[in-house]
This record gives sequence, structure tokens and C-alpha cells, in this order.
Amino acid sequence: MKLIIAIIQPHKLEEVKEELYKAQVNLITVSEVLGHGRQMGVTEIYRGAKETGNLLRKIRLEIAVNDSFVEPTIKAIVKGAKTQETGDGKIFVLDLKECVRIRTEERGGVAIG
Amino acid sequence: MVNSGDTAWVLMSAALVLLMTPALAFFYGGMVRRKNVLSVLMQCFIIMCVLSIQWVLIGYSLSFHPGKGFWGGLQWFGLNGVGLEPYADYAGTIPHQAFMIFQAMFAIITPALIIGAFAERMKFSAFLIFTLLWATFVYDPLCHWVWGMGGWLRNIGAMDFAGGTVVHINAGIAALVTAIILGKRTNLEKNIPAPHNLPFVVLGTGLLWFGWFGFNAGSALAANGLAVNAFVVTNIAAAAAGLSWALIEWLRNGKPTIFGVCSGAVAGLVAITPAAGYVSVVSAIIIGLLVSVVCFIAVAVIKPLFGYDDSLDAFGVHCIGGIWGALATGLFASKLVNPAGADGLFFGNAKQLLIQLVAVLVTVVYTSVVTFVIYKLVDVFIGVRVDEKTEAMGLDLTQHHERAYTILE
Repeated sequence: MKLIIAIIQPHKLEEVKEELYKAQVNLITVSEVLGHGRQMGVTEIYRGAKETGNLLRKIRLEIAVNDSFVEPTIKAIVKGAKTQETGDGKIFVLDLKECVRIRTEERGGVAIG
Repeated sequence: MVNSGDTAWVLMSAALVLLMTPALAFFYGGMVRRKNVLSVLMQCFIIMCVLSIQWVLIGYSLSFHPGKGFWGGLQWFGLNGVGLEPYADYAGTIPHQAFMIFQAMFAIITPALIIGAFAERMKFSAFLIFTLLWATFVYDPLCHWVWGMGGWLRNIGAMDFAGGTVVHINAGIAALVTAIILGKRTNLEKNIPAPHNLPFVVLGTGLLWFGWFGFNAGSALAANGLAVNAFVVTNIAAAAAGLSWALIEWLRNGKPTIFGVCSGAVAGLVAITPAAGYVSVVSAIIIGLLVSVVCFIAVAVIKPLFGYDDSLDAFGVHCIGGIWGALATGLFASKLVNPAGADGLFFGNAKQLLIQLVAVLVTVVYTSVVTFVIYKLVDVFIGVRVDEKTEAMGLDLTQHHERAYTILE
């Protein structure tokens, strides 16, 4: 089992979701985060006070999958999120020790899908 | 003779109408995505600044100086000759400048209405030039034709009490033209944008409803019975339209929505605008109930069918609602309400409906053509639409270096 964490551009969320559904990955968690990578932040100016290099809004996806789904999930996220410009984001794949479905108390691979 | 009661009411009404532009800012601002809310508020506010100046320098003169030509001319440039004595051809009991400043607020809100069509994708610099040109070459001439002494639509007897033609059809058709040539927002098929803050929309609607009493009842230009009639029918048409929009949704979609009630109330206010000084309360209820039907069809059926991206339905509500109001004036107008007006079709004068139709068609044709030309002109020199990356990041950060909401703290 793996936990896939992806940081993507906010306006790419719908396309990523669509690609994930096509890959039959339906269970995702989405949250809004701020991030700073290679892409420079946008200057903000408030009554003349200038702030540069600010953090930009990003979307964070968390997806727990069984091993056979790891590659299709990565491919789907890349397909949906890629614009080839800096700021497209990153995908992290982590080992996942355990997964419990609260309603049934099932554990492991069956609880993920 | 200056009448103090009339003057007080018209000044108060001017302030009420001014408030409608910030109200519109919140009405529209709530509907866009949060990365663009400041751009909409900014567009509305800068219009208040720019057109206030344009109006006293040239706009009022072009619109209201008497004359039979294309517009009124520049004899009243910089309000030269527009003083504190009444100008009886427009309003005999209030200072000329009171009439001028009341009209200024209409000149301000009209171009602001168009913002709903191109929201979320227009360059701010292009927007400024477009607005200034549009106010001068579309609003001012049309205002002269309908309301100015010697204006030809006024002379053939077209009735527009508070601006159904000059304000709403005019801005609404300009909205359609800009929405079509500007093109859809990027990724619209996959990503139908939900309004980011519906409470703002409700706040804006409430303030619009409030301000509209100045818009319509103030258009009597006196604190008299006609103003009272306009006040009462304005309220009742908004109420009827808000209710009927909710009922339509309930029947069609299973649930009534607050967004629907707000849309309906604004449509009702639009529809009663040309009619407010000519129709009775019962007519106003009918006008209000039916405007939601035509506007609902425009925004929920016709727009998806043709696929233009009138982002916030400036055309669907203001143009369609305005046309219904202008024609309804030709149906329901009655001399029993206003002896200075005319009877409509239902009171035995079919010709009035025809005159109303002429005024509508002239507005639609003239405004479409000139709006198109102005748009193309601005597009050639500075480019109207922002690039895709800018659109994705949002206009607040890219056009104004500000953001409306922070996530942390």
C-alpha cells in the first residue's frame, strides 16, 4: 500500500479529478495549501508596502492506493496537472503501513478500495 | 422656482442610485471565483471615479444639451451654463445641477452592468479605455435620443420612465456582444465556476433593491404622487419576480435557492424600471411574475444552447428583463396612473407597443454595432483579453497585486 501526496495548481484540480476517475481511482482527499517551489510568488502591494516572493495557493491531494494502482494514479495526476510551466507541482509516494475503514473495521488492502 | 422638498428628494435619490454601483460590485463580486473578486470590485469603483469626471466635463452636455442631432453637443462643457437655477425642460422645481448629478449616477451604473459579461478575463487597462469610449459613444448618444430635449426617440413618444432602454437594454446588449467576441473563460466545460460568496450576492441584491427606490421613484424628479407610484410598483415588481424565480426553480430543479430569489428580484427591478411611472400595482405584479419566466429561460436554456459565456448573466437579466419591461410598458401603461404618459395596448392604444418596439430595436442595433467597433479598436491597440496563465492565476494578483482572502491568519 502506498500513500500518494500530490501538490498541484488549483485550476488543474478538475482535470486531475477527471483523469483519476478514468483510472478508476475514486477515493481522494483534497485540501487547500500554500506553497513555494521553483515558481516565484507574485508581488503584492498594500498601500505601497511591497511583499515579494509570497506563497501561492496550491491544492494538495492525498490518495491511498494498493500497489497495482500506484503507476496509473501517478500517470493520471501528471496527465491532468501538467502545463510544462514551473509551478505544476510535485507527487510524493510514501509507504503506507496500515489502513482501517472505520465503518467496518476492515484493515489493509480491502479497506483502501 | 426651486422647491425644497423636491430638491431634497432628488439629492437623496442621487445618493441612493450611487449606492447601487457598490451594491452591484458585491452582487457580481460574490458570483466570481475568489481569485477575481477584487478585480470586479475594482472595475465598479474605478467607474465611479472615471465617469463622475467624464460626466461633468462632457457626458452631461453630450447627453442633455438640447438638440436634434446625434448628441447634445459640447455647449455645456464642464457644466458651463449648468447652474443652480431650475432648467424647466427637464425639471422645473429643482436646481439644474441636482438633475445633472442625479443623471450622473445612471451614467455610472450603466457601464458597470456590462462587467458581468466579461468578468474574470479582461485586462484592466483595456477595460478602462473600453468603458470610457463606451460611455461617450454609446451611452451619451442613446441617453440623448431617449431623454434629451430634441432626442428623436423622445419625440416619437417612446416611454422609458427610469432607464429600461437607456440603462438596461443598452448595457445588456453590450454585454452579449462583448461576451461573444471575448470568448469563453478557459476550461469552462470542465470547471463550471460556483459563486465564491453567495452572502455577498445577497448583500448586493439587498442594496440594489434599496437603491432602486432612488432610481425609479427619484425619476419623478419631484416628491409627489408619481414618485410614490413608482416607489410602490418598484417594490411590488421586485417582490413578485423574486418569488416567481424561486417557484420556477422549485418546480424545475426540486429546490428553491437564495441565488434564484436574488436573480429574480433584480430581474423584477429591471423590468419595472421603464414602467414605474406609467403602470398600476396590479400591472406591476404581472410584470414581475413574468419577467422571471423570460429571464430564467434566457439564462438556463438559451445561454447553454448557444454557448456564449455571459459570466454573470448581464445579458440574460438586464437585456432580456429590460426588453420585457419596455414592451410591458407598451402593454400596461395607463393615463389613469400618469396623465402625462400614454395608454398602452391593454388600455386601447396599440400604437404605443409599436413605438416601444422601435425604441428597443434601435437600441439593440446601435449598441451592438458601436460596442463591436469600440471593442475591436481597443483590442488592436492594447489587447482586451488576458493570457491563459494570467487567467489561471486570477486577475486580483496579476492586475492589481492584491488578494482578497488570506489562508493563514
